[in-house]
Amino acid sequence: MGFFWTIVALVVVLGLSWRYLGSYLAAVFDGRVHFLGPIERGIYRVVGVDPDREQSWQRYAASLVVFSAISIALTYLIFRIQGSLPLNPQHLGAVPPALSFNTASSFVTNTNWQNYAGETTMSYFSQIAALTTQQFVTPAVGIAVAIALVRGFSRHGASTIGNFWVDITRCLLYVLIPIAFCFGIIFVAQGGVQTLAGPVTIHDHLNGVSQTIPRGPIAFMEAIKQLGTNGGGFLNANSAAPFENPTGLTNFLSIYLVLVLPFSLTYTFGKMVNSVRHGAALLAAMVIIFGCWVGYTSYAEHQGNPAVAAAGVHQSTGNTEGKEVRFGDTSSALFGVASTSTSTGSADASYDSFTPIGGMGLMSGMMLGEVTPGGDGSGLYTILVFAIVAVFIGGLMIGRTPEFLGKKIQAREIKLAGLASLVMPLTVLVLTAIAVSLHAGRAGPLNAGPHGFSEILYALTSQGNNNGSAFGGLSGNTAFYNIVGAIDMLVGRFAIIIPALALGGALAQKQPVPASVGTFRTDTPMFVGLTIGVILIIGGLTFFPAVSLGPIVEQLSHHRFF
Amino acid sequence: MLILLRRSVVFAVVMMAGTLVYAFIGTGVAQLFFKNQANGSITANGSTLIGQNWKSPAFFHGRPDDAGPYATNLAKHIPGGDNPLVANGVPGASGGTNLGPRSKVLLDNTKALVAYWHAMGVNPTPDLVTTSASGYDPDISPADATAEIPMVAKATGIAPATLASLINKETHGPELGFLGASYIDVLQLNEALVALEHR
Repeated sequence: MGFFWTIVALVVVLGLSWRYLGSYLAAVFDGRVHFLGPIERGIYRVVGVDPDREQSWQRYAASLVVFSAISIALTYLIFRIQGSLPLNPQHLGAVPPALSFNTASSFVTNTNWQNYAGETTMSYFSQIAALTTQQFVTPAVGIAVAIALVRGFSRHGASTIGNFWVDITRCLLYVLIPIAFCFGIIFVAQGGVQTLAGPVTIHDHLNGVSQTIPRGPIAFMEAIKQLGTNGGGFLNANSAAPFENPTGLTNFLSIYLVLVLPFSLTYTFGKMVNSVRHGAALLAAMVIIFGCWVGYTSYAEHQGNPAVAAAGVHQSTGNTEGKEVRFGDTSSALFGVASTSTSTGSADASYDSFTPIGGMGLMSGMMLGEVTPGGDGSGLYTILVFAIVAVFIGGLMIGRTPEFLGKKIQAREIKLAGLASLVMPLTVLVLTAIAVSLHAGRAGPLNAGPHGFSEILYALTSQGNNNGSAFGGLSGNTAFYNIVGAIDMLVGRFAIIIPALALGGALAQKQPVPASVGTFRTDTPMFVGLTIGVILIIGGLTFFPAVSLGPIVEQLSHHRFF
Repeated sequence: MLILLRRSVVFAVVMMAGTLVYAFIGTGVAQLFFKNQANGSITANGSTLIGQNWKSPAFFHGRPDDAGPYATNLAKHIPGGDNPLVANGVPGASGGTNLGPRSKVLLDNTKALVAYWHAMGVNPTPDLVTTSASGYDPDISPADATAEIPMVAKATGIAPATLASLINKETHGPELGFLGASYIDVLQLNEALVALEHR
């Protein structure tokens, strides 16, 4: 019953946010929100940006790529010299080079894959200035790309798609920082830790044990970790650690924060192209797939754990291995699907210990390219790519030049959409093949049998989709996985962003074609179905052979243990 | 290109400064209004949010997250399986065992835990033979606590009915009535148990 009301509450708060936050986001990017005007203008002056000068897609992309490269370099530098920097009460030394490179790539690509344990590796300065900074900046970059692509549809005969610096500054000042700050306060009030003092040692006189408990500036990082679909926690256990996610309420708010921007951006899209129906059509495609995934994953986790059953324990509470008592099985499954269907990757349970089908529910959210609803901005621009492919297929079926929102979809657009939708499966599957072919790759998994393969597949899928969650048994902090993972993350981020911006540039130049009776409508249930079909075919069919070697074999291995 | 490089560096540095300000203001607000929570919910005998390794049968036990009295058979080399945080001393990394649902190691561990509980006179619930995701789950469910009553009653001499009503009193419902699950904080439960003994 509790789970039912959790879903009802989630639908209500997300529905309201979709309408009102979505509309507010459109106002922010149209430049109609000014309440922090002096700070905004101050940033433009310091950085040397003329906010009224717009950029072509090439200049937009160049700004984004150079800025990201600089961010990786600075983040890397902080890890390497953290021993000499302030805010380091545990006197932690420099992070090793390969791990620093992997982590810098991970946080700058919005992945937040963590080959380290936060509480024993990162100083408070690194956690704040390197990691939390990127948790603010990268969702702003993702949303900026999505908005630039939407401008491709909303503008006619234009040579520019906005100004990168202005878009990310507005997103940070008017959206991410205020919302994260408010939720940070709630997290602290519920029990989240927020201190700059170091670990504390206490002695329990009842029990006769001493504990040294790591602390830190956790709660306010937690808020942007979820809102920014980042997922990289302060502590190794991520959202399972009570200091990050103390109660059922913060767990619910985490799920809400993860989903709110990706869903709301579909309204923003509808509003910016003057057709909320088109936004609602994308939302419907997202919600239908997301709903199915929540359904079967929570059902799978509500079944028992095979090992516990084989040990002779009667299970009435679902799979409890790797789950926290205060959340329970179904809420943990809901959190997992929300986190992996967006590009978040935070975890309030041990995903490695999910049932085979539950674990597949987490993987499949990522394998569809993270569009249900996907990451902040990345969900919208990726589903728009899929929608263009769907329009193309629809156009082929009726024998007309396809159009989307009045813009003709021609060879150049289809090539770009094809590139953007195929680069992720290609990278992930090739790298997985390499990893299982090499000794260095096969040395990674903790578990034996098909679950070991799942751990490798999960890791490369997660990084290629900039998710960052893990089947945590994999020993990722090796030269092989640090380097291969970094390549996976960088390709998975920028090889999709650049074609998406190029699409925006190409579409913005076009003049609209007036709709006629023969126009294939793109705001109907028929089109929603077609888009879902494209998403499932590209994601589902390309990954099905790999999935059948992992979770499906594992599920079918009755009474066998590896 | 040079302008772009300079702009990128300046913007990145401005963002780092901005995030430091965000974290400092956040810490200020947290320390001013929610001092106890912000510092880790520390009470006289430990944090109510961090599980401990309860050795004596005169106390209710938490989940078998660490290498405590249960653990002679728990695999030693599994990350998180031996949680140094709880076992006296150095701060360690949190985390679960990450054992898959068809892992032989998990099966063996679970069998060992079942045997451990049976020796203590407890017929274990699933929570009591599985580890949590954090590695220091501070809570158990009301059913778990109820299953431990025979052990605690025998060691303390308190009547099972009294323990059952204590468990009832210490049970927190799901947040707002529907978010998450019912739980009992083991540290608070044991503090209440000690208060009961000294009355």
